Amino acid sequence: MGDFASVVWDIFTSEATYTIGALFAALLLFGAAGELVAERAGTINISVEGMLLAGAFGGAVGFDLTDSVAVGVLFGIGGGMAVASVQAEMSHRLAADQFVVGLTLNILVLGLVGFLDHELAPVAHKAAAWRVPLFADLPLVGEALFGQPWPFYLVYLCVPVTWWLLFRTRWGLEVRSSGEDPRSADLSGIDVNKRRRQSIYLTGLMSGLGGAFLLFAQVGVFDDGMVGGRGFIAIAAVIFGGWTLKGTIAGSVLFASALSFRLSLQAQGYEGINSELLQALPFLLTIAGMAIFAKRVRPPAALARPFIRGLK
Amino acid sequence: MKARAGEWIALYTISVLVALVLSGVLVEVSGGDWWPVLEALVDGSVRGPQRWGQTLGIAAPMLLVGLGTIVSSRAGLVNIGQEGQLLFGTAVAVYFGFRIGGPGPLNVLVLLAFGALGGAVWAGIAGVLRTHRGVPEVLTTLLMVTVAGQVVAYGLKKQSLLLAPAASRGNRNQVSEQLAADNRLPVLRVFGNEIPSATFLAVILAILVAFAMGRTVWGVRLHMLGRNPRIARRVGVSEQKYGLAALLVGGAFAGLAGAVMLTGGGFQFSNYRLVPGFSAGIGWTGLLVALVAREKVLAAVGAAFVFAALRNGSGFVNSTGVESRITEVVQGFLVLALLIPPAVMFLRDRRRSRAASAAGV
Repeated sequence: MGDFASVVWDIFTSEATYTIGALFAALLLFGAAGELVAERAGTINISVEGMLLAGAFGGAVGFDLTDSVAVGVLFGIGGGMAVASVQAEMSHRLAADQFVVGLTLNILVLGLVGFLDHELAPVAHKAAAWRVPLFADLPLVGEALFGQPWPFYLVYLCVPVTWWLLFRTRWGLEVRSSGEDPRSADLSGIDVNKRRRQSIYLTGLMSGLGGAFLLFAQVGVFDDGMVGGRGFIAIAAVIFGGWTLKGTIAGSVLFASALSFRLSLQAQGYEGINSELLQALPFLLTIAGMAIFAKRVRPPAALARPFIRGLK
Repeated sequence: MKARAGEWIALYTISVLVALVLSGVLVEVSGGDWWPVLEALVDGSVRGPQRWGQTLGIAAPMLLVGLGTIVSSRAGLVNIGQEGQLLFGTAVAVYFGFRIGGPGPLNVLVLLAFGALGGAVWAGIAGVLRTHRGVPEVLTTLLMVTVAGQVVAYGLKKQSLLLAPAASRGNRNQVSEQLAADNRLPVLRVFGNEIPSATFLAVILAILVAFAMGRTVWGVRLHMLGRNPRIARRVGVSEQKYGLAALLVGGAFAGLAGAVMLTGGGFQFSNYRLVPGFSAGIGWTGLLVALVAREKVLAAVGAAFVFAALRNGSGFVNSTGVESRITEVVQGFLVLALLIPPAVMFLRDRRRSRAASAAGV
């Protein structure tokens, strides 16, 4: 066990651990912040996986066309929004089942970007790092939090904006009431399905951004396996966090730590803890959390229930 | 409903046509020709030698997964973790199948039974969490998919669990032992095609499910539970009992599908071995089969065949110079297209009945 302690010490004192952890956490937060808004409005938006992937592919296409990371990020947003438009219009204009639509979209996006990637073969590469003076020189976490390529810093914008929109604006109040009590919301003049659609578009925007971030700040080359189920982990983070923003952030950071800890263990060549357990950990924690706190933490009351006027 | 059959047919025709035209446009825009791609798909799925037998072999597990999904959604439960239940079921089948190792044909039954059991256990975890802790099964079944993948990956690293002894896996790591020849489901030869007996099993089970859903008390109770849980509770249909049972059946079918892929899948799947990524999306596709079939068994049979044809045909598409993953796109467009008519008709009915009640009384 002495060996294990020294490995853990090495991991916790290496800057790389924090850098990887910050990148993982940022990706989860891009997905989870939007997902939180969608779920508070009453949609379990499982197409967030597809939105992230579409965002990454959009980013690659945008960069390939113009050689500009900024345009790439905009294209990424476009990719996420495109997926969001299908999810939103089909599940909250047509009242098709939201899980069916989301699931189909995930599969469709995977096939579509795989196909288009083969046909178009867009070339992208990592954006240069922007170091924030002074802060980037902090020990251990400086590089991780302030020495990343610029798309990373958008996450510092996304999270407060989500908070402000959801909890400090009239729009946010209407979104939350659409998710809690859509019939009363409807009676008081709120267009419930419109708010739900808008919240999905917001998820698409942020996840598209997240996908582009993944491409430009972390991986650099588009590959259709690059999201690899982390959209689902983002959903898990929202649930784990009990549908609050604080909890969602905590969940994202915790799950990102587990993922980066696994990579660091592998990098150190340590085999004592099995990596499968660490990979499954976010999901196991979320399931355990739901089972333990099921009575205390309450999901939005109308979560996953379509709203059709005159029907319960 | 009958009076408006025309509207239904028109809506379905238009949506499916739009999906197909969109796929065609995508092929043309990316520099291919749609006609050769279509021909390759038909050749690869039914017209080429041996192909339709293979398509039927791929359709069998998809249909099995779909049947289980129909049972659980009848009871109003949303199970979306078939991919994981299938994988875990197969792992349980492999674990016990090789240890029990009875006489060949009997062991096939053991493998199938343990596959179903494993799938049911995996779905049962979500079921128990729902009935006893009120955790939504949608979320748990989905989250358990990844966990199943990790559990199986772990098992495939340990010789005491699933990994084959070094001698029988060559240089490959992380594969289970290969099933002995007498441990495989038989294949029937009809008109030069090899039809796996799994296909017949799936069709027989489809008839059974249709019967159980439509003609038995159990099926009616499930339906009641799914449509109106409050009334169901009043007449004594226990959600704990029937809801859990429906989910277990759903998982068992997914696990059985995995065991069928293992014992009768041959080279179309992973050649009678358990490997990482064994489930190969069959669980997801089977779920889509059930979703487009909207709880109708006959429609599920048709959908399973179409999706299997797309999957099998994709092998021929590459030769036309178009990336074969176009078939995944076609499948996705088709599913979305098939979702639209029921949704449109539902909203139209609502609007009409509201207008009628406003005008009449």
